[in-house]
Amino acid sequence: MSEPLALPRFRRRPRLRLGPAWRQPLAIAGATIAVAWFLIAIFAPLVAPYDPLAQSFTPTQAPSGAHLFGTDELGRDVLSRVIFGARITIPIALLLVGLAAAIGGLLGAVAGYLRGIADGLVMRIADLVFAFPPIILAMVVTAVLGRGLRNAALAIVVVAWPSYARVVRGLVLSVGDAEYVQSARLLGASARRALFRDVLPNIAGPVLVLMTLDLANATLLLSGLSFLGLGAQPPHPEWGSMVATGTQYFQFWWMGTFPGLAIFTAVLAFNFLGDSLRDVFDPQTAWRSEDTQD
Amino acid sequence: MTTAPTALADAPRARRSLVPSPSFLRFLGRRLVALVLLAIGITLVVFVLTQLVPTNAVTANLGEQAAGDPAAVASFKRHYGLDRPLPVRYVLYLKHVAEGDLGQSALTHDAVTHDLGQFIPATAELAIVSVLLAAILGITFGVYAAMRRNKLADHLLRVVSLGGISMPTFWIALVSLYVGFYRLGWFPGSDRLDPGQLPPPHHTGLYTIDALVSGRWSLFVQVLHHLALPALVLAAFNVSLLTRYTRSAVLEVAGNDYVRAGRAKGLPERTVIRRYILRAALPSVVTVLGLVFANVLTGAVLVEKIFTWPGIGQYAYNAAVALDVPAIAGVSLFVAVVYITVNFIVDVLYGVIDPRIRIT
Repeated sequence: MSEPLALPRFRRRPRLRLGPAWRQPLAIAGATIAVAWFLIAIFAPLVAPYDPLAQSFTPTQAPSGAHLFGTDELGRDVLSRVIFGARITIPIALLLVGLAAAIGGLLGAVAGYLRGIADGLVMRIADLVFAFPPIILAMVVTAVLGRGLRNAALAIVVVAWPSYARVVRGLVLSVGDAEYVQSARLLGASARRALFRDVLPNIAGPVLVLMTLDLANATLLLSGLSFLGLGAQPPHPEWGSMVATGTQYFQFWWMGTFPGLAIFTAVLAFNFLGDSLRDVFDPQTAWRSEDTQD
Repeated sequence: MTTAPTALADAPRARRSLVPSPSFLRFLGRRLVALVLLAIGITLVVFVLTQLVPTNAVTANLGEQAAGDPAAVASFKRHYGLDRPLPVRYVLYLKHVAEGDLGQSALTHDAVTHDLGQFIPATAELAIVSVLLAAILGITFGVYAAMRRNKLADHLLRVVSLGGISMPTFWIALVSLYVGFYRLGWFPGSDRLDPGQLPPPHHTGLYTIDALVSGRWSLFVQVLHHLALPALVLAAFNVSLLTRYTRSAVLEVAGNDYVRAGRAKGLPERTVIRRYILRAALPSVVTVLGLVFANVLTGAVLVEKIFTWPGIGQYAYNAAVALDVPAIAGVSLFVAVVYITVNFIVDVLYGVIDPRIRIT
């Protein structure tokens, strides 16, 4: 499930003002939560109170001082599993968003630059991918490739690259024709200079926004696929599959609630960051902390 | 959404001709061609993907016993053209799809089309109620946020709507079921009807409409009671999405000169909002309804199992868990075709509302 991205159209060379965005509470909250999750992922063995796989406690204990998030149906500590879950979701989300952006961006740039047949081909394939709701296509791809985290991640790359291709293609087409690029070229700037000084910086912003918001989408998709049993396999402590187990042990609410809360906070952090970044690039509909109507 | 479709508040409204204009017909034709091409593309994608399946299609479909029988295997292979080259198989597959044959589910041992036919009404009813709910709430919140731009309410709605698009649907389903059913007992926990309750006489398969048609008011209330929680859960993401989208659509329009002119000539703020701003902003909100519909369908795959809702979502969930490829392929083909059809309708509606886009 993704949100349509309202991308800014640049007519003149835009000035990037990163300052105000970082003074916004949402951006700070997002950055804080995201950094916290990164740190938890890196230092999981130090932070977690117990071994996430050790079935050494009484099963299905309610949250208590010894087990803040309770224990699961096999007697594993839920808090430790949630903490180690960050080690699965966060690196994979980063990796696959990077991969999708690289593949989609490259194809989009080629399509926008060459136009003609290459453009038609890439965009028609993108249209085809967009014809499927993301998790449905990801579901088929994973079912075909076989269960497992790696295949689920691949499936998400398959559904995620077209948005980058579209955005980058559109930007290459519009920025390439922009007056400031044309005038730079007329003034004798080389094609390489025009590309790196004028075109790329204007593409980088919107792509960065898209990538941040896509981290949120990728995390949701990955946990959704794992919830369906197509992603992480037991005994891996993946958040989505932990929620799936929670639905089977309905009365032990802590088994599903806390892993879900982990997904929610991580996705929320990425959305806060992405939305604040978008304000920087799209001032017309931006939320501002200071009251400056009109 | 009660907007008079005229920009000049006091001018008499010109009657619109019912005969579609040539430009509209050309627009419609182009969209139809695109729809058909996209549908063919979808069958190609699903076909190619299912051909990559590593599992043996014969044993998966016939079961161990029949797979040992050479005659059964040969007739199965001939029926699905498994003994022919790929392009021939694709043509054969298209022919089967056109005849409504999507293969046999390995899980239910029934034809996938039969299964789909059985499960579609439940999901259709849930999806329609959920989309309506999301549209009413989302557009209201979005307009309100835009009107209160940068005030407290606007900032609050921003945080809440970001929260809404960050919650995994299957997780809110679980939590709301635990609270609303298990703890509070306010909502029924499963299925479309109370246990033992017979469904209303079959007209549409949508129980709300069937109950109303047969005049059984108490049954209608019961159906709504069962719909409420899953429909709300599925709407949560989309309410947030529509709030955000409506807000930016309204703000993009609100800065226009004609809006300022309307205010300058002393029109009441109500009139400016309804006739000047919403009239221009809502058509672009209509375009996200296709996306909203897709979200509801995919959300159904994740939450119907939790609510034991007997729809294609639960069917797809079971198929995914069991790696029942014909069923997964059938569901995805169906969902994708519904999705592009909804988008086609949305496009055409948009063309009806806003003549400018017919040209592009």
